[in-house]
Amino acid sequence: MDFALTQEHKMVVDMVRKFAAEAVPIIREYDRKHEPAPLLPRMAELGILGVGIPVKYGGQGLDYISLGLVCEELEYADSTLRVVMAVHMGLCAQTIFHWGTEEQKQQYLVPLAQGEKIGCGAFTEPGHGSDFAHIQMSARREGDYYILNGEKMWISLATLADYAIVTARTNPEAEKPHRGLSTFIVDLHSPGIKRGDIKGKLGVRAGSTGWIAFQDVKVPVENRLGEEGEGFKITMSAFDRGRYTVASGAVGLIRAALDASVRYARERETFGVPIGRHQLIKQKIARMARDYEMGRLLYLEAGWQMNQGLRATRTTSMAKWFATEAAFQAANDAVQIHGAYGFSDEYDVERFFRNARGSIIYEGSSEIHTLIQADYALGYRRDKPLRVELPPYDPEAWQEEL
Amino acid sequence: MNPSTPNGWRCTLKILVFVKVTPDTAATVKVDEAGNVTWGDAPLVLNPWDEYAVEAALQTKEAHGGSVTVVSMGDESALEAIRRALAMGCNDAIRIEDPALAEDDSLSTAKVLKAVVEKIGDVDMVFFGRQAIDGDTGLTPPQTARLLGWPYIGLVAAFREIDPDGGQFTAERTIEEGRQVLSSRLPAVVSVAKDFGEPRYPSFMGIRKAARAKVPVWSLADLGLEAPAVKVRLPELQNPPKREVVCEFIEGDTPEEIAEKLADKILAEKVL
Repeated sequence: MDFALTQEHKMVVDMVRKFAAEAVPIIREYDRKHEPAPLLPRMAELGILGVGIPVKYGGQGLDYISLGLVCEELEYADSTLRVVMAVHMGLCAQTIFHWGTEEQKQQYLVPLAQGEKIGCGAFTEPGHGSDFAHIQMSARREGDYYILNGEKMWISLATLADYAIVTARTNPEAEKPHRGLSTFIVDLHSPGIKRGDIKGKLGVRAGSTGWIAFQDVKVPVENRLGEEGEGFKITMSAFDRGRYTVASGAVGLIRAALDASVRYARERETFGVPIGRHQLIKQKIARMARDYEMGRLLYLEAGWQMNQGLRATRTTSMAKWFATEAAFQAANDAVQIHGAYGFSDEYDVERFFRNARGSIIYEGSSEIHTLIQADYALGYRRDKPLRVELPPYDPEAWQEEL
Repeated sequence: MNPSTPNGWRCTLKILVFVKVTPDTAATVKVDEAGNVTWGDAPLVLNPWDEYAVEAALQTKEAHGGSVTVVSMGDESALEAIRRALAMGCNDAIRIEDPALAEDDSLSTAKVLKAVVEKIGDVDMVFFGRQAIDGDTGLTPPQTARLLGWPYIGLVAAFREIDPDGGQFTAERTIEEGRQVLSSRLPAVVSVAKDFGEPRYPSFMGIRKAARAKVPVWSLADLGLEAPAVKVRLPELQNPPKREVVCEFIEGDTPEEIAEKLADKILAEKVL
């Protein structure tokens, strides 16, 4: 067993940490304005949008662990930066990488990984999130096309993305509802698509979260990912990738809350001593330090499993569940440590607190992950092999130049 | 310029950039009880001034063709600086290490670097950062130039022209009054000022290559050198005296009254 990061990992961390630090003032400004920060072009230019994809598909040839480390660094600055990786990379690019045909990879994955196009995952509906098997959006086959009708909601990058991975119902008669679903790569510039951003969000205010409405949208048959009826499995595997980025990002948020709290606890004095000398402040800081290490070990294990070609569904769910709850606790404690100052946006911990709340809901609510973990432990749930497995990390193949 | 084709002069440049590893700018550097300089567990980084030199060297290569070799003197910790420069886009690297170099000063370093330039051969331009943030002497670049017998232009903020075929270049250097334009022949040594432009981020492809790079290590024997004499000695190091800072709030009913009191204080304290 080797806990050491490679030289490559360390250098990736340094590079992304520098970008994230430079992005913070922009994030603060746009978070306050409640508008998406214009950082995607810079992320594309730096290659961040291609981490986790082989070079031959336009990516950077960096492994799954690198993707987690990148997400940790991005969310150390702000959740909106990591959200980009969750949906562009986790839900969209890596889902095409996992399930797509060679033609689909060349047409869609290459521009996504190069950052020329932006991707998202459109799964949740106004009435269906956790109960995904019962989504209502329809995809009716007509000749060489599917006709999509319905609405997706709470979609990150809804108004900024060029492509979306969309799951819809192709067989309303299926005996089991989840077997009637199929997944598509949809060009969001197609006729019949309307989209907008949701206003009044508690957190991720410097990012785009929106809705996408589909009215008689024609999607070519060749844009279907996998087989007809395979949509539920494809979506769940996409969630594995998305959850991995959310877990690793949440670990970054814990670290951000910890660093801010340590800094403040050393400076701020009450009763004649720095507040860090008070036991109840120590308790909060100790919990953050503990949770940071535990969350990090969990996501790195999931990253390692994916690198090895091992199924990471269980670990990823555990990491996401643990890290997002711990991140909210850490951000909440950080606000408390900052006292009244923590209640204003003069300090970043207020933003951490608002951002941390959302991740307990999205990418599988804590309730869903609780049930998943209980079922694994009780033996009610086990991972069956997929028709197509996520490609493991192979340095030579992934870094082979075109 | 260096003849390397049968019918004339090369139109690409062989560039060296000398870099140093230093404690991170955020590190708290102090003298410990044993009298040694320490920065705790703060990370070592590529000397921030050298990042500008690497950027300038890379831009020069991109404009005129050629190669950039990064060279650093030091133990394995120097690899931090070397890898960063490689990840930014340098073609290859050399590390200089020898037990006899445990003690050094700017002149002894310059003597080693001169030998490196001569061993590599056919070098057109040598780039330095303006100084290292630890030693802060800024002496090694001009000393290296002097030993090589090459022209030296310090604090270069931009190149107006580099003519590898004609063996000349024109540079703008940063001076207090603005910019000074100088022309010189090649080969030459330059040090680069911050005005040259923001150093680029390492690319992921650069990171991948840098992480795997095998960096050759040259000893003094490889350079055909005896250990150069160290003339500057540091008999004792001390922490700077602690400054007592007193904060006083000046109060008054109107801004004018406060400003007047402040002006009186400044004059009384002989600040102005």
